[in-house]
Amino acid sequence: MTQGALPLHWRKYPERYRLEGNINIETGQEFFPARVVDPRAGRKGLLQSKEMPREGKILSWTEVFVGPVGFDNETPYFLAIVELANGVRILTQIVDSEKEKVKIGAKVRKMFRKISDTDAEGAIAYGYKFKVVH
Amino acid sequence: MRGVSIVGAGQTSFGEHWEKSFKELIAEAGIKAIDDSGLARKDIQAVYGGCMASGRFIGQEHIGALIADQLGLNPIPSTRLEAACASGGVALRNGYIAVASGLYDIVAVGGIEKMTEVSTEDASFALGGAGDQETELFMGATFPALYALMARSHMKEFGTTEEQMASVSVKNHKNAVHNPFAQFRTEITVEQVMQSGYVASPLKLLDCSPISDGAAAVILCASDVAKKMKMDGKAVEIIASTQASDTLALAHRHNLYETRAAKIAADQAYKQAGIKPADVSFAEAHDCFSAAEIMAIEALGFCKQGEGGKFTEQGNTALNGAIPVNTSGGLKACGHPVAATGVKQAIEAYLQLNEMAGKRQVRGAETGLTHNVGGSGATAVVHIYRRL
Repeated sequence: MTQGALPLHWRKYPERYRLEGNINIETGQEFFPARVVDPRAGRKGLLQSKEMPREGKILSWTEVFVGPVGFDNETPYFLAIVELANGVRILTQIVDSEKEKVKIGAKVRKMFRKISDTDAEGAIAYGYKFKVVH
Repeated sequence: MRGVSIVGAGQTSFGEHWEKSFKELIAEAGIKAIDDSGLARKDIQAVYGGCMASGRFIGQEHIGALIADQLGLNPIPSTRLEAACASGGVALRNGYIAVASGLYDIVAVGGIEKMTEVSTEDASFALGGAGDQETELFMGATFPALYALMARSHMKEFGTTEEQMASVSVKNHKNAVHNPFAQFRTEITVEQVMQSGYVASPLKLLDCSPISDGAAAVILCASDVAKKMKMDGKAVEIIASTQASDTLALAHRHNLYETRAAKIAADQAYKQAGIKPADVSFAEAHDCFSAAEIMAIEALGFCKQGEGGKFTEQGNTALNGAIPVNTSGGLKACGHPVAATGVKQAIEAYLQLNEMAGKRQVRGAETGLTHNVGGSGATAVVHIYRRL
């Protein structure tokens, strides 16, 4: 089984390449990925595209030793929940970082990386991963 | 709303059923449940069947129709319900609602999963669909990884240790020894858990529930009808049925160390039943990972938030403890054929309350609770039971 069932890559470019989410311009609440409906405000307020900050800190992390299809050759790899500077949280891989530096509270910065190349149509999926900055 | 009772139950053993097909597992559990109830097939008015990912596991969809056909129940309505690992609990709740509402008097509820026909990687991918495909599975997040992120957050927040998590697996294996339907009927030690390899740190192989095949079924009957038909000998009434939801993606939760949907469902269930956590005699909690049981017993109010690890390590949730949890062996040791689990939990409550649980019987069991969770906590279903 492959990740061929994923939405077409190009539809996801703004989100995966630029970390584009959105903001409710009335309340200031930001979302990533972009939401169609603001869960708090309902349909009040206007949601506009907004790039998320590229820096954040690790809230929790794990080192994955058994991966799903498409990642079975990548193991072990780090995954983390990162809280971005605007408070929005995302799940991401942590790459290019020494093992000892991957810990709760570590500061991280967005990178642009290959995610997987197992798409049914042979397209390589790129997107965001993060690295520990210090 | 009128009372609804379980009047019959049946299940296959859980494990690697190379020799049995999906259809055979359904038929075995279904026929056992119908026979146990003493009812005839014609008495059953509708079927609610839980199944998570048969399309990915065996290439088969349309499970509602398949169940009715396989059990010779045509032409009654038969519906599949899917809520990831909570599919069984959601099927039970929908059967409950159908009878409680007065629409039907008697319905069958089942849960089925056949997971061993694909490789571990493919199974892992199929299960990954319980999370957010676009932001979790796409990034390489497996289910062990999501629960590992929660476990590490719990460790950081409350000082929970890997040994405390291991004690959950040890206890559940110990209970499974006495369950003839369990996948792993062998005891393990904390050391063995600690020495098993990391799947997603801090979770190790023996912190994780296995990949399993199995099916489970119960027959639900309106309580007044059960009494009138003199079927109340073994009838166990569902005195609360609740369900709550949370964000699909773990990153969007209020925090990583608690399962809010489960807490909400539990609070509502206690209110519905008019009882407190201390009134519960035993519980089946959704221990897809050892850390999940720790968060479950906190959400269910058996101990304070943050104390689940210590509470377990001290033996409070053991068979002879203050509140026995997962007397069946839980998902860890009884096995976890995903959608069958929620129904199996109800069967364990039915057995315990009828004092039919053999060597794992909880003495003086009066009130049972089951807690079934989908994904990393986006669906939670809680049921509470008492003898009719």
